[in-house]
Amino acid sequence: MSSTPFPTGPIRSCRGRTVAVVGDDIDTDRIIPARFLKCVSFEGLAAGAFADDRAELAGRHPFDRPEHQGAVLLVVNRNFGCGSSREHAPQALMRWGIRAVIGESFSEIFFGNCLAMGIPCLGLGHDEAKALQAFVAAHPEQELELDLEALELRASGGEAGAAGGEAPFWTLQLAEGPHRMLVSGQWDGTGQLVAHDSELRTTAGRLPYLAGFPA
Amino acid sequence: MSAGTLYDKVWELHKVAQLPGGSTQLFIGLHLIHEVTSPQAFAALSDLGLGVRHPERTVATVDHIVPTTSQARPFADPLAEEMLSTLERNCSEHGITLHGLGSGRQGIVHVIAPELGLTQPGMTVACGDSHTSTHGAFGAIAFGIGTSQVRDVLASQSLAMNKLKVRRILVNGSLANGVAAKDLILHVIRVLGVKGGVGYAYEFAGPAIAALSMEERMTLCNMAIEGGARCGYVNPDTTTFAYLQGRPHAPCGEAWERAVAWWSSLTSGPEAVFDDEVLFDAGTIAPTVTWGITPGQGIGIDEMVPTPEQLDPEERPIAQEAYRYMDLQPGSPIAGVPVDVCFIGSCTNGRLSDLRAAAAVARGRQVAAGLKAFVVPGSEQVAAAAEAEGLDAIFRSAGFEWREPGCSMCLAMNPDRLEGRQISASSSNRNFKGRQGSASGRTLLMSPAMVAAAAIAGHVTDVRTLLDTPSTPSSR
Ligand code: SF4
Repeated sequence: MSSTPFPTGPIRSCRGRTVAVVGDDIDTDRIIPARFLKCVSFEGLAAGAFADDRAELAGRHPFDRPEHQGAVLLVVNRNFGCGSSREHAPQALMRWGIRAVIGESFSEIFFGNCLAMGIPCLGLGHDEAKALQAFVAAHPEQELELDLEALELRASGGEAGAAGGEAPFWTLQLAEGPHRMLVSGQWDGTGQLVAHDSELRTTAGRLPYLAGFPA
Repeated sequence: MSAGTLYDKVWELHKVAQLPGGSTQLFIGLHLIHEVTSPQAFAALSDLGLGVRHPERTVATVDHIVPTTSQARPFADPLAEEMLSTLERNCSEHGITLHGLGSGRQGIVHVIAPELGLTQPGMTVACGDSHTSTHGAFGAIAFGIGTSQVRDVLASQSLAMNKLKVRRILVNGSLANGVAAKDLILHVIRVLGVKGGVGYAYEFAGPAIAALSMEERMTLCNMAIEGGARCGYVNPDTTTFAYLQGRPHAPCGEAWERAVAWWSSLTSGPEAVFDDEVLFDAGTIAPTVTWGITPGQGIGIDEMVPTPEQLDPEERPIAQEAYRYMDLQPGSPIAGVPVDVCFIGSCTNGRLSDLRAAAAVARGRQVAAGLKAFVVPGSEQVAAAAEAEGLDAIFRSAGFEWREPGCSMCLAMNPDRLEGRQISASSSNRNFKGRQGSASGRTLLMSPAMVAAAAIAGHVTDVRTLLDTPSTPSSR
């Protein structure tokens, strides 16, 4: 479990070990089974991360393997986080230690939940994702460096040489809006929304259902 | 880019501001909350020193954690009790209406808002629950949100959103006898895939959709999210207006006429432009059952579990996982697969017409020996209406249990759950691994009438064979 503080302010980079969870359509019921949702606070959710998959694999799940302890980057495949809107899923991942998720694609609600917590979800192509997962499997202790401003992921120093010559390097995708929000630190948007109260009143004023459909 | 669709019109009307990140601040007309995804949002709100901006546009109920046997307080499960009492405290502190147990209006959030007339055409609806897409049945733009966004809506009655593309799902023809809206949506997801709708709102249109009742449209839109589409909707029409008229929160008197005029003005016109369009023929759809671990893994009742060769190469890894987990053989028929538990309920299929369809199958028949079958009405109003017409008695005498309203074994946060490797026939919406409360439990999704048929037969079976041969005509 992580000692890294939860995200605050601008998110520009992230460095550390990586853990890969392989498979398409990994739903939020698998990321955190419903029984862990019986709580009124997100504290303590780390234990629920992938709980049933981990139990089934009896210690062989990536989240249990010693070489991935302390990982801050998670690599996944397609449609990660589909299903339920439960923010408990990214909360469980964050509380386990994850600070960024890199994958082929994400469900929209999961992506939005992560964004609201300052956890970037970054895209990369199918073959690149496979290559990255293979790299992580081969070099589990290698620290990777995520440069969120440049949208690049690279293995630098340490074992990178052992990976053979050139340090591996991946280009990542992130839509412009969320990218700007994260690097500028404006991802925690409640303040911005509250600040537009007069605009909010204007909008409310043109919605007839708010006034009982006046003549 | 879409233009002139209901989605575009409602989006434009609800715009508040452009946000620095590039997204749009959107006014939320109706905010629904429940006990699972709201406590942390209220806590965050008080950390920020903020109040609820529009408590009168926020409505609460309790559904996910409530027991369906005895609902006496305090609940036997102290965690469930703590969640409900936290919701009660938050609602009373902030002046939010809570439709609590025994109020006559409690139930699954996506069942009660429509039946109270809270959900109306042209609204934006948000709820910390992915099946908020249900409310699109009324021509509302309705989507599920996470807890941070629940906090945002509480604080500002608005959300930062990015506009979706719009895909029209045009359904021609008409559904055959014994084929339900559930079969239609399972078929659509089977064809378009569970990722097919990512980035889209689904507009369901065409003669087959126009012919659906409001409850059927809710079933359809409910599962848009299972196809990856964050919202699905149907343009409002006379069916919509007839459903709404006279409901507690619906406009009345002269306001009613003005409301109908406004609602009608929002529909996608003939000039509407869609980003994409897909055609279906309703007449070709059979009762559909899932065999795997995603809602896209569905097949017609007469079909075989697909072999890897029959599947797109990209679908094969998850199919392999599904064969193993479900213990079903590729190439084997789905009909005849024995089931242990039959569950009729949920926000997909826990409404009065669903219970009627299931009761029509159960009437005068008996649940197979050794099988557990239970019916959980979607709300207190549904329960009362069903009891008033004797559906509870039909179910009970057939050997089904008749329970109190709630989400129940749709996600098994209450005591209703599968045990071990049990396999269920379920009218709910998700067949994910472990969804129904056992880490190795298995789920076959199908329509409520098909669940009732499975309960009678003891295995998956084509409900149409039971509809053709009424068992005891005198039992009515
Ligand atoms: S019935 Fe199931 S899907 Fe619907 S709100 Fe409840 S738990 Fe969610």
